[in-house]
Amino acid sequence: MQPTIEELEELARKCRIEIVKMVYRAQAGHPGGSLSEIDLLAGLYGTTMRVRSDQPDWEDRDRFILSKGHASPGMYALLAERGFISHEDLKSYRVLGGVCQGHVDMKWCPGVDFSAGSLGMGLSYGMGCAIAAKLDGSERRAFVMLGDGEIQEGSIWEAAMAAAHHELGNLKVILDRNRIQNDDFCETQMRMFDIPAKWRAFGWNVKEIDGHNMNEVVEGMNYLSETNDGPSILIAHTVKGKGVSFMEDNPSFHGAAPNDEQYAQALSELGVKV
Amino acid sequence: MTRMAATRDGYGQALLELAENKKVVVLEADLGKSTKSLHFRKAYPDRTISCGIGEQNMLLVAAGMASSGYIPFASTFAIFTERAFEQMRNGVARPKLAVHLCGSHGGTHTGTDGSSAQSIEDLAIYRTLPNVTVMHPSDEVSTRILTKQLATSPNPSYMRTARNKTPVLYDDVPEDSIQIGKGIELKNGSDVAIVACGVLVSEALKAADMLAGEGIHATVVDMHTIKPLDTGLIDEVAQRCGCIVTAEDHSVIGGLGGAVAEHLSMTSTTPLERVGVKDRFGESGQSDEMLELMQLSAPHIANAARRAIHRK
Repeated sequence: MQPTIEELEELARKCRIEIVKMVYRAQAGHPGGSLSEIDLLAGLYGTTMRVRSDQPDWEDRDRFILSKGHASPGMYALLAERGFISHEDLKSYRVLGGVCQGHVDMKWCPGVDFSAGSLGMGLSYGMGCAIAAKLDGSERRAFVMLGDGEIQEGSIWEAAMAAAHHELGNLKVILDRNRIQNDDFCETQMRMFDIPAKWRAFGWNVKEIDGHNMNEVVEGMNYLSETNDGPSILIAHTVKGKGVSFMEDNPSFHGAAPNDEQYAQALSELGVKV
Repeated sequence: MTRMAATRDGYGQALLELAENKKVVVLEADLGKSTKSLHFRKAYPDRTISCGIGEQNMLLVAAGMASSGYIPFASTFAIFTERAFEQMRNGVARPKLAVHLCGSHGGTHTGTDGSSAQSIEDLAIYRTLPNVTVMHPSDEVSTRILTKQLATSPNPSYMRTARNKTPVLYDDVPEDSIQIGKGIELKNGSDVAIVACGVLVSEALKAADMLAGEGIHATVVDMHTIKPLDTGLIDEVAQRCGCIVTAEDHSVIGGLGGAVAEHLSMTSTTPLERVGVKDRFGESGQSDEMLELMQLSAPHIANAARRAIHRK
């Protein structure tokens, strides 16, 4: 049963709370990119991903590859809300022996299909998953989430070229265009000019959406599902730190935890009654 | 007359023999004609994935396929595998996905292409990665046999093959007499043990013949697997011979010599001489000229053996 837009928005809100809690408890991690991606993850898992939380290694599941693996709190929060891991597990984020490693890791966490942490790798890996699905004659798809700063890595364009060459209609990318990378705004670090034109020129199907408008997010997921003549990319315009006012559009919260005061404010803004 | 053949041909032949397993796939980065995966491509185009000239992408496409139950064999020149080192580290070794990477044209033996093509550090860098099996077989037959064994290994691997022909040492041996991780004793002497890999195994055998003329009886070991190192055999020949020489067409830093030195440092005071490329780059030259220039050929191995014996 397809959830309503309101249900998806509520799922994302709950995840946002967990993201803030995880980063606060660990006093480390990446809240900004987790908050920018989370509406997309909620939309993807809520409407599109064919996965089974009680059988995370089901062979014919769709694969999801969080290539921007530092945005792991978003992924963990979503996996907890969907029953792959427990809310108790979220307390293990960045803790010795915990399933929630600093960057998502398939060896540690159920529901994680790729050991990330180094940018520029997930698209190639997803391409391998997509080719394997085709060879198996399986309907499964590979969804890959990239960061916008991440596409400065040259290996992304090796993969982009190869995926179009191999006409991988079962390879679907979501680009979290939050305009901020580690040190500063992308525009300052490395101008990327016309990103949609670049992907089109590499032979991809391209659609742009507002990555925080759940109606558009769901439309975008439908576009990815229905576009099977070659690889497709959903360029989602997002706001880094979305949902917590002082983190929004603020390069300082790419990789920094809130202090006590900021934590209370963040929870309050996300509708938690303290 | 000794048959001459290139180890890369053994690799190509093995892929064909593995093809009846439908899970075996081959990945190329434009150099299939050179690494010899082209025979597989011709026979099984549907299971051969062209990655263009893009090694980083190739390694991770292979990783994605391995995660989906396939057995990927990816190859390019040894030197070009190195630009995908971090992909091998983070995307293959760390999640322990059984991707098999073959680097052909390794070592100074590769010849006239010159120093840019002569990988002399591949064995060292891949040896530092947990989970990864590292091999440099000595002849066409052992390369074929060891490559076939990789298809059932749970570990990722790096194997170096050579461009140019070397003497075939294992014609007609039973396939199970060559095993990943088990060194092969080709000569059994008690004065010095020469532990060699790859293209220098046949040079080590020549060196042993030279030494025999002086009444020195050498053990010669083909240590085709650098990791995991056959430490049992190292200990055995160290005890029997009292000194060891390692020989490899690779930097003296971090390869077979490094591995043996690390092991001996923990277990014995056996004198060790390392024959290898002495922390320098190569240049254009024929294979035999390069082995001479780099002081890797049989007379140099024999000299190292005399030095090692003197240190006993």
